[in-house]
Order: sequence, then structure tokens, then C-alpha cells
Amino acid sequence: MKGSTSKRTKPRSVLPGFGLSLGFTIFYLSVLVIIPLAGIFVKTSGLTPEQFWHTVSNARVIASYKVSFLTSFYAALVNLVFGLIIAWVLVRYRFPGKKLIDSLIDMPFALPTAVAGISLTAIYAPNGWVGKLAEPLGLKIAFTPLGITLALIFIGLPFVVRTVQPVLQDLDNEVEEAAVMLGAFRWRTFRRVILPELIPALLTGFALAFARGIGEFGSVVFISGNMPMKTEIAPLLIMTKLEQYDYKGATAIAMVMLIVSFILLLLINYLQWRSNRRVVTA
Amino acid sequence: MAGGAVTVQLSEKAAHRPKHITESVGVRIVLISIALLFLVLVVLLPLLSVFIEAFKKGADVYFAALRDPDALSALRLTLTTAIIAVPLNTVFGIAAAWAISKFRFRGKNILITLIDLPFAVSPVISGLVFVLLFGAQGFFGQWLQAHDIKLIFALPGIVLATTFVTFPFVARELIPLMQAQGVQEEEAAASLGARGFQIFWRVTLPNIKWGLLYGVILCNARAMGEFGAVSVVSGHIRGETNTLPLHIEILYNEYQFAASFAVASLLVMLAVLTLIVKSFIEWRTNAKSPERSADDAH
Repeated sequence: MKGSTSKRTKPRSVLPGFGLSLGFTIFYLSVLVIIPLAGIFVKTSGLTPEQFWHTVSNARVIASYKVSFLTSFYAALVNLVFGLIIAWVLVRYRFPGKKLIDSLIDMPFALPTAVAGISLTAIYAPNGWVGKLAEPLGLKIAFTPLGITLALIFIGLPFVVRTVQPVLQDLDNEVEEAAVMLGAFRWRTFRRVILPELIPALLTGFALAFARGIGEFGSVVFISGNMPMKTEIAPLLIMTKLEQYDYKGATAIAMVMLIVSFILLLLINYLQWRSNRRVVTA
Repeated sequence: MAGGAVTVQLSEKAAHRPKHITESVGVRIVLISIALLFLVLVVLLPLLSVFIEAFKKGADVYFAALRDPDALSALRLTLTTAIIAVPLNTVFGIAAAWAISKFRFRGKNILITLIDLPFAVSPVISGLVFVLLFGAQGFFGQWLQAHDIKLIFALPGIVLATTFVTFPFVARELIPLMQAQGVQEEEAAASLGARGFQIFWRVTLPNIKWGLLYGVILCNARAMGEFGAVSVVSGHIRGETNTLPLHIEILYNEYQFAASFAVASLLVMLAVLTLIVKSFIEWRTNAKSPERSADDAH
């Protein structure tokens, strides 16, 4: 419906300000984002392929990529499951305090990452509220990859909930009714009828949480312990190189991360474009 | 929508379900408990811990930490940065949303993807790009040095990095909103002879003001809380180039936990305020749209 009002057949609009607004948009975007980012590519092209390879194939750098990608992946996976449950509960059930819970979901967007970092550390460190309980069980959370994953779960939580929620909200009851009439049980209805509808949104949310996790810095540095080869994330290694005035090394590490992020961004946009198109044609 | 800054309205309709297409009471209780426990462990406990840690050594230490000259100068720098970055990104957001939602042109999807770029970039890399441009060894480094202009490890660098990181927020909030509203009202105004800014002030702005307000306050919260990017370009000069989040880090690393959490509690309050405004806006929009409430009545 929305598509039919905004899709106009007229080639020219009667509205003013097209040149001004688009011109300013492109100018501001170029000056602030495109040109500075292009600087990274220019700087990297100043490296010979051997130099570049030497930097990014260093054992410590590889280890940091592994930590960043794996913890982000696991965190996104946890958010996929719990994000779906939370979205489900918020959309479909009624319980006291639901509105409050719903606004709490956005907390990770609004809370500064450094604050999240120190407070998570305070709770999950061996002497913290939860860390104290986990320690006798032989479970160390803060200052291990588990702690990094936890911080990334916090950071990525809203992405899955907020992408699944609207889709779940707009789902027609009729399809479920039909499934029930055909004799499907609840779990089967969920798996065969509801879940397929949610998959594009779930994938988008997962990719968003994963992409955000790879680059995350503030919430992780406090809880990770930053041990080289073990709990050192790639963004921290960039920071360390910069502090040693090793600009080329920092840029090379950043370059690899940027390429991964761009691929993820394209994937996310493709997913959203596809699900939008499905909505329009349906 | 990579920002996730999408406002979702909880509809009563979806929660009101006939028995045969919902789960049994037991399953419902289990799912609600899992959701609540997860949120308590991941979101609520950390929030509470900030205040408990902040007051651990008493109210005196708390207020002393906030009155500390370094804390005050960090607060000033954070406010200055936000006062420059947020209006810039607001003007950009309105311009971008106007161009994208009111006109058809080639490459619109590419433009939307490009606006999302800062979301995809690690904050540390966002800081790095400006060091590469304006740092001592950067592209413009020598020229800047020759003219005695300091951008990196000074206010301009901090503002640049913050603006970069918070760049998409207002645009991302406005684009879907204005796209959904279409162009009919503006076209009617134009055909009645209204001029450019008149159309915007009288027709568009009243329609988008709540979305705009949320975009602006979220942008502001992120600008005041940015850590990674600012950390790279600030140089951590105490009392000079430390923002509030950096000040928190320094106190924390010096084991002044109570003081660190005291300063952090300011930013928690800012975040809570941001979310309260968001809820208020949602409540307003719900109350204002009669179709939706009529829908809900069923």
C-alpha cells in the first residue's frame, strides 16, 4: 500500500529543493565519510603486497581476528535465539511491565559502550555479583573470551529483537488458523508456518549484530583482559599499533576489517531489499 | 535500517490472541521467564550496578567525583562536541531524507547504503581515518603543522570523529518515516503556491517532528557517549581532550572505581532520559493515529 502512493509515474516532481537537498547530502557524505574512508585505501596501497601480507598474517593479528570474529559469531547466535524469544513474548503475550521491558531493549543503543563495559565487568568479574556465583562452578566469565561474548551479546541484543518484532507483529493470524485447521500442532505450526516467514528478519538481525560485534571496542576492552593471542580483539590491536606510531600496520589490520564490514553491509542491504520486495508483491 | 533506530509500536491486537493459535499457559510462562531472566542478566543488572558501585563509598565520594575539575572539563568538552555534531547531522538528516523520500532518482539505494556506512565501520577505524588524514604523519599533516593548526589530539578531531560515528542517526530515523508519508500533502501545498521552506515548515515538519526529535536525542546520546573513535583522536590529555567516557576509562584504570561509576551514572541517566523521551514519543504517535487505535479496539 505504501508502495503505491510513493511510486509515482510522473517523471518530474512539483516539489522544490531537489538539487539543494541532494547536493548537500552528497557533499556532506563525501567530505565526512567517503573521502576519509578512501584515505584508508590510499594508505594501504602505499604498502607493497608483501608488507601488507606480512602485517596481517602475523600470529598475533590472526589471533585477534579469530577472537573478534568468533566471539561476535557466538554472541550473534545467542542473540538470535534469545532475541526471537523476547520479540515473541513482547508481541504475542501480555504480562505486567511489558512496556518497560520493551523500552529496556533499546538500552544498548542509548548507553555509552564504555559504561556498559565497566558495569558488565563489575558484575561478571570473579568478585562481582554473578562472577562470584560462577567461580565455584569453575566458570570464569570476565577476562576470558566468554566475557567478550557477553559484552557483544549486550551490544547486539536490540538488533535481532527490533528486526523480528515488526515482522512478527504484521504476521496474519489466518495462516496460523489454517495450519491449526489442517491439524498441525503448535510446534509444527511454528516450524513450518511462522519460522519461514521470520527467516529474512532473523538473518538480517543476526548479520547486524555480527557486524556490530566485529567492530565493537568500548564495551569489550574492559571485560576482555586484553591478553595478546587470547583475549585481544582486532580493534584493540589497531589502537595498540597507533600508539606505537605504526600507522601502516594499523591501516593494514583495519583494511581487512573494513572489507569484511562492507561485505556484511551489502549482504544486509540485499536481505532487506529482498524482504521489502516480498512484502510489496505479496 | 542498520542503525536499528526503528521505532516499533507494540500493538495490543497482536497480543490479543484466541486460544487455539497461542501456546499453553505453561509454555507462555516458561518463555516469558526466559526472556525476563535474560534481560535481567544482560541489561538490568549492569544498569543497577552502576549506581550501586557509584555510591559504594558514600554520597560524598559520589559528588566529589562529579565536582572534580577534570570531570567538569570532560563534561564541558562532551557538551561542546555534541552541540556541534548533533545540529550538523540533523541538518544533513533532514536534507538527505527530503531528497530520498520526495524525489525519484537513480542510485537512490546506493545513496541509502552509503549513509549506513558509518554503522558498519568499527569506531576505532572511524578514529583512525582522521588520524590518517590530519595526524602528524597523515596526508595533510605537514601542511597543518606548517600552518600551526592542530586537528588531531584537539577539539576539531574529537568533533570530526563524533560527527562521523553519529552521522546516520537522524537520516535513518527520518527516511522511512517520510517515505511512508509520501508526497501528497507537500504537492498540495506546492500547487496552492507555497514556496520551498514554507512547505517544509508548515507541512512536512509538523508531520515528522516526533521522529525528528527521537533521531536528534538518540544522535545526541551516541555523540555524548562515543568512546572508541574519540579515544583514537583525543590523545587523552587530562583536563583538555578528555570527554566523559574517556574520563571514566582513566578513573577506572586508576582503580578509582567509585569515582568512575559516579561519572558513568551521569551517562546512564542520559540514556534513561533518551529512552523515556522515546516512549513518550511512541505514546504520542499511538494516541494521535486514530486508525491504529480503532484497529486495536477489535
